Amino acid sequence: MTERGERTSNRHGPVLLGVRHHGPGSARAVRAALEQCTPAAVLIEGPPEADELVPLAAQEGMRPPVALLAHVQDDPGRAAFWPLAEFSPEWVAMRWALERGVPVRFIDLPAAHSLAMTAEGQEEDGGEGRREDGGGAEAADREAVGKEAGEQEAADQEAADRADLRVDPIRVLAGAAGYDDPERWWEDVVEHRREGGGPGADALAPFTALAEAMGALREAYGDGGNDRDPVREAHMRLRLRAAQREFGDDIAVVCGAWHVPALVRRATVTADRQLLKGLPKVKASVTWVPWTHRRLSRRSGYGAGIDSPGWYGHLFSAPDRPVERWLTKVAGLLRAEDYAVSSAHVIEAVRLAEGLATVRSRPLAGLTELDDAIRAVMGDGSDAPSSLIHDRLVVGDVLGEVPEDAPAVPLQRDIARSQRALRLKPEALERELELDLRKETDAGRSRLLHRLRLLGIPWGEPTRSRGSTGTFRESWRLRWEPELSVRVAEAGIWGTTVLSAATAKAASEASGAATLAEVTALAERCLLAELPDALPVVMRALSDRAALDADVGHLAQALPALVRSVRYGDVRGTDAAVLREVATGLAERVFVGLPPACLGLDADGAAEMRGHLDATHQAVGLLAQPEPEPEPEPEPEPEPDRRRPGSAGLRARWAGVLRAVGERDAVPGLIRGRAARLLLDDGELADGGAERLMGLALSPGVPPTDAAGWIEGFVGGGPGGDGGMLLVHDERLLALVDGWLTSVPDAAFTDVLPLLRRTFAEYEAGVRRTLGELIRRGPTPPSRRPAGDATDAAACGFGPGLDRDRAAAVLPTLRLLLGIEQHSFGDEPAGDASARTGPRPEGVQPLKNLIPAGS
Amino acid sequence: MSENSFKTTDDDSRARDEAAPEAGGGQALRPHAEDSFAEELKALAAADDRPRPERWRLSPWAVATYLLGGTLADGTVITPKYVGPRRIVEVAVTTLATDRALLLLGVPGTAKTWVSEHLAAAVSGDSTLLVQGTAGTPEEAIRYGWNYAQLLANGPSREALVPSPVMRAMAQGMTARVEELTRIPADVQDTLITVLSEKTLPIPELGQEVQAVRGFNLIATANDRDRGVNELSSALRRRFNTVVLPLPATPDEEVDIVSRRVEQIGRSLDLPAAPEGMDEIRRVVTVFRELRGGITADGRTKLKSPSGTLSTAEAISVVTNGLALAAHFGDGVLRSGDVAAGILGAVVRDPAADRVVWQEYLETVVRERDGWKDFYRACREVSA
Repeated sequence: MTERGERTSNRHGPVLLGVRHHGPGSARAVRAALEQCTPAAVLIEGPPEADELVPLAAQEGMRPPVALLAHVQDDPGRAAFWPLAEFSPEWVAMRWALERGVPVRFIDLPAAHSLAMTAEGQEEDGGEGRREDGGGAEAADREAVGKEAGEQEAADQEAADRADLRVDPIRVLAGAAGYDDPERWWEDVVEHRREGGGPGADALAPFTALAEAMGALREAYGDGGNDRDPVREAHMRLRLRAAQREFGDDIAVVCGAWHVPALVRRATVTADRQLLKGLPKVKASVTWVPWTHRRLSRRSGYGAGIDSPGWYGHLFSAPDRPVERWLTKVAGLLRAEDYAVSSAHVIEAVRLAEGLATVRSRPLAGLTELDDAIRAVMGDGSDAPSSLIHDRLVVGDVLGEVPEDAPAVPLQRDIARSQRALRLKPEALERELELDLRKETDAGRSRLLHRLRLLGIPWGEPTRSRGSTGTFRESWRLRWEPELSVRVAEAGIWGTTVLSAATAKAASEASGAATLAEVTALAERCLLAELPDALPVVMRALSDRAALDADVGHLAQALPALVRSVRYGDVRGTDAAVLREVATGLAERVFVGLPPACLGLDADGAAEMRGHLDATHQAVGLLAQPEPEPEPEPEPEPEPDRRRPGSAGLRARWAGVLRAVGERDAVPGLIRGRAARLLLDDGELADGGAERLMGLALSPGVPPTDAAGWIEGFVGGGPGGDGGMLLVHDERLLALVDGWLTSVPDAAFTDVLPLLRRTFAEYEAGVRRTLGELIRRGPTPPSRRPAGDATDAAACGFGPGLDRDRAAAVLPTLRLLLGIEQHSFGDEPAGDASARTGPRPEGVQPLKNLIPAGS
Repeated sequence: MSENSFKTTDDDSRARDEAAPEAGGGQALRPHAEDSFAEELKALAAADDRPRPERWRLSPWAVATYLLGGTLADGTVITPKYVGPRRIVEVAVTTLATDRALLLLGVPGTAKTWVSEHLAAAVSGDSTLLVQGTAGTPEEAIRYGWNYAQLLANGPSREALVPSPVMRAMAQGMTARVEELTRIPADVQDTLITVLSEKTLPIPELGQEVQAVRGFNLIATANDRDRGVNELSSALRRRFNTVVLPLPATPDEEVDIVSRRVEQIGRSLDLPAAPEGMDEIRRVVTVFRELRGGITADGRTKLKSPSGTLSTAEAISVVTNGLALAAHFGDGVLRSGDVAAGILGAVVRDPAADRVVWQEYLETVVRERDGWKDFYRACREVSA
């Protein structure tokens, strides 16, 4: 035995390897230390329930990053993760032991207790576990998932707040070394060190040094504010003693450096037992789940607290010259993305990075230096390549795999549980399912199917309902394919329950969506699947996309779906305030963008824009509709309701837009006509306004095709059309059209004919005939009108005077239809006049026209 | 200044002596950086014990300290010359220590020239080896010209040759500066390729060349909004490390810069000081920052960005304009109406696209904002 060997045995006890979780330097050092002292057993910080799962790690199908997942058996929503990357010291130790057939034991507090404790102190679920051990700067490796993803965020925040109160050992050490950034200090001192000492160096020396430093810290700070540490460490000591009895003293312990002093400390078995007494307990199951680099990074919800898993992976796997290799990798990526990057660029970047490291007195160029060098040399000073590199390489897209015989993921259990609860059996045979959403069970089924679809598990395909088109009906075609189980396993990375997984997936899709329409569709799916917590994220993405989308068409297309969602949300009773706000913002953008977008359109463009106009009009109508309590005046002068900014003025502003569009000469006739018509329908045009507009549009100077377009827009069919009723009832307008048509020059007539045919051919035969008859009879000569009789002047197309006897015959029916009291619709002339001056109830005019007068 | 007995292939210390300020010739209107901060440079050189690249007056670390400010061990306070990210200065200094040239990019008013001058002063102790780039910059300004009287009298010789600042820098191992590189015509720009890659400047008329000695490097500045005027060829671009100087990072920083500059300009134009103008300045800066960044200050709403630069310099001119309006036609207090027209002019550069951007901004952001009613009204008035 060498001197080192003696020293190892001199320690009279196990080799304690204090590490920082997910540190490539630590991982490398752990491997070297294990090679050197070849222990008979390896103890690792982790839930002891996972002991039986260790052999799976040696299987072919196991590829890091993976995570040990412990969850409460009956409630998969309560879970905790221990992520392991290829460069995690724990993983390295486990693989080393498996390769040599050395037994592995997990020594941390059993998940059965920690999960139960988490449930007790709900706010504690931000992740205790390895938070501050050794790698204090990292937030939380092991993070309990809140019951709902929404809670998660709040819990994270709280945990982060509390973490400020706790001692961050790395920060203290870094401060002592004169660094202001603990992360950087750790990298300089530990992670960026290659095996410098040569073959003769003592692989245990770094651990001894770190343990000493931590010992000093623990003396000063005690448990540093981690209330659960004494219990956990007591358990670790007990397990360590048990292992010593079983394997002798020749064992190695891999745990957070923070815990090393506690494991060395002498404590009696009874005292430790005492600490562990009476801990709450739940039934927990443990399994392996695939993990991703993205989730290891701090930015995601379940972060393991490392900023740059890809970089750490590179440091760990690169055999030598990490800087050169990294920049070559970067150059490859940039070339694939069509950046002109030559080998000379790589050389210069290496030199600059190393120069920067020297100026900043660092032993090796770190990510900051590399990023600066790449920006200055390869990226022409722009940020674009840097963010690309950060996304693809620094974080990376690595997805782990677990062998198929790993125990079922909790998501699968949750699905099975929901299936049982909803009495919906997975069958390979295809079958149809009709759901009535008013029933509780059916609504639950619909939610489950929608959520699974969001998760990429297409068990059910929605089909068009037969017959009924009511919104409370849904039809599905169900078929459970065997490969769906694989999909379930894949979806397991999103969460432990269907709800939380679907929420996480929707949020991630929202941030990745490329077009506005995708996000709008996603918003609808979120509503259907009832994912209230995903909605704010989706809405946020939606308003961002809308703000940056310059195409009014896209915005106008998105608006109706969104407004539908608002109404739907109202019906379902979800809080639609966010939705409404986004929809209002979207409408405002359409208002601003629409007038310029209507300029210079060709016929097809104009027809499309007309569709947008109609869609927006309808959407604005729905959106501006007052909620429960109707607003008495259209424009309330005092502060409008804060929650619905400007919804009262929305209609007015839309009318302004329509007016601007309708009166601008450069706008195609079709759109102007449509705008005028929408204004008329809403009663926004003053008396004779429609006539004035039509007169202008059909003036002799206007090109006939443009005028014909105007007519099509104004009285034409389509979804917003009226089937010609306006012309039938407003003889002045009809006369204008008639007058214009007869004055169209012969040469132009053939041009406008197809347009007019298209307009009038859509009318029903009866309407066409009536129009023809009206034209044949010719306009009512104004001279026959008795002067000063306001009553008769308004009734165009009808004879002068009122045949009271014949009119009286209709009145009882009319009263019945309108639900009007006898006296308020009186046959006295005075009552008649008052009915005229007030706003005319809708429907009166057509009914009045039923009375053929004077013939 | 240049007592160093550099080995030069060309004795042009004569030219440098001429360029040196005359003793007793009166106070220079704007002294060079190396003269105004001579004390600091001296203190730094004395305190600096780190390795220096050949012919550098200071170590890279000391150069960075000179620019960013700090306190030396002997208590000398170094004033910050550049307020901005430390990273950027470190990259710039390190680049000068390699054999790649440094290209400082940025929108107008981001202190490119200022940084370049101080870098040259700190590294070489001389910031006067300067080529100002314009559309009419000739090749002679980068290579060499001829003293035609000498040339006619004695034929081509080293005596008849008039070296450019770049040539002098090469010969003496100093830092040369090229301002507004992208304004220089492309064929003239490419003269720099040989200088930067071969580190030599041939003089075919004499069958000679000037080789750069160690310590030579070049700092160029360019305006990245004018890209495409005379875009650098990729061959030339490759010889440069690019550092983009950012716009002010925080609103307060920018408000501070704007109000300070406005005050200075106002004084020189004899405008009365506006006591109440601070709110309006803050508003202008907010509008500029939001539109420039494409996101509202509270980070909740994204916005389209107009095609204009909306640099701090433009904000300054908008406020100055507004002050002039207020002083001559208003009651002397800067109000929304005074800046609205200026903002509109700065934002709407492209009448079609930018107008939509501006209207959207008005309707979705400004209208809803508390206390911005009068501003909204004023903008609506001028936009209509």
